[in-house]
Amino acid sequence: MDITRRRLLMLLPAAAVAWQYIEAGTPEASPNYKLTEHWWGMLIDIPKCIGCGSCVRACAEENDVPDRFYRTWIERYHVADWQIERPEVESPDGGKQGFPANEVSGGKNFFVPKLCNHCADSPCTQVCPVGATFVSPDGVVLVDKTYCLGCRYCVQACPYGCRFINPKTNTAEKCSLCYHRITKGLTTACCEVCPTGARQLADLKNPKDPIHEFLKTHTVQVLKPHMATGAKVFYNGMDGSVR
Amino acid sequence: MFKDLEHLLRLAVVITIAVVIFVALRTAVVPQSFGQYGHYRGAAVAEIAARPVAFAGREACETCHTDVVDQKKQGKHVVVACEACHGALARHADDPASVKPAKLDTAVLCARCHEANSAKPKGFPQVATADHSGGLACDTCHQPHRPKIEAEVKSATGGKK
Repeated sequence: MDITRRRLLMLLPAAAVAWQYIEAGTPEASPNYKLTEHWWGMLIDIPKCIGCGSCVRACAEENDVPDRFYRTWIERYHVADWQIERPEVESPDGGKQGFPANEVSGGKNFFVPKLCNHCADSPCTQVCPVGATFVSPDGVVLVDKTYCLGCRYCVQACPYGCRFINPKTNTAEKCSLCYHRITKGLTTACCEVCPTGARQLADLKNPKDPIHEFLKTHTVQVLKPHMATGAKVFYNGMDGSVR
Repeated sequence: MFKDLEHLLRLAVVITIAVVIFVALRTAVVPQSFGQYGHYRGAAVAEIAARPVAFAGREACETCHTDVVDQKKQGKHVVVACEACHGALARHADDPASVKPAKLDTAVLCARCHEANSAKPKGFPQVATADHSGGLACDTCHQPHRPKIEAEVKSATGGKK
């Protein structure tokens, strides 16, 4: 078919529409993303968590997390009536396949999703002898795996148990808050698939983020506040027994 | 006073050579972007951000599958993102013609959320699947995108859910 000027002009709108679909499929690294304009955290609404394990599975798929290791996991708490200091906590396979029924009578049961708290004053980055882990300018605790020695200092230092050594690379690994997604304007894989909205990515520097209204109107808590880590994963409706 | 000047000079030369070697080694060993933002390799931030995504995000799905969007709007599953059930599909979004999503087994999938468990919030719809359907696939009766069962279906199954 000869491409005449008329045919070319007729094809152009179709090509433009097709290109839009292609663009929609691959969100490019946003050139407008400015490190100094964000300060990332997360909100976890415990009363909404159903323990389905979608977040754990999505995280493993998005980030190639090896089996039996978890960047995020779900714990099921059972607190017998008044024994708030002795909760029974279980997390079979990190909650990846959900939880079997537990019909224990008395007390309360609930799920607590856990992940890196992306602490502003993180103990894990302070102990790294080579500067392979750090708090990025937009508030995400990251690991530079090409620079990590695998010395395990950070694994010990994290008070939340969020780090592990990847058996394939022998370097430290942890939740990156899906840094490759949030810098492209997407939400994290776990927040994307959470069916009840129990997890929500929060940009604390963005005044339009609904997190600000939520924090004003709800009683939220962080894990281990006495450690003064500056944790940025906020838990709503968290029971006092949660460690 | 400076009768030992020669000794001092020799020492100075040795120290200078040591300093030069140290500076040269340091420049060779420390990555260029180290210290750009802090005590780490600044280029690592961009490297980590450059990783490809596996989940396309619901906006990407909704640009093409508008019929499903309309269907979901009529039911409670409107809040559930597509990839929560269908899995990571960025590759399908990139190349819809050749990468097709797998068919889902609703008997497994629905139970992940809706199987009864005392730790689940009380208001969340839960069933004991063994009693509720006896292992039958959920989509025998329910339309997953719009799960509430219509009146005519209910009457056909004798009012049983």
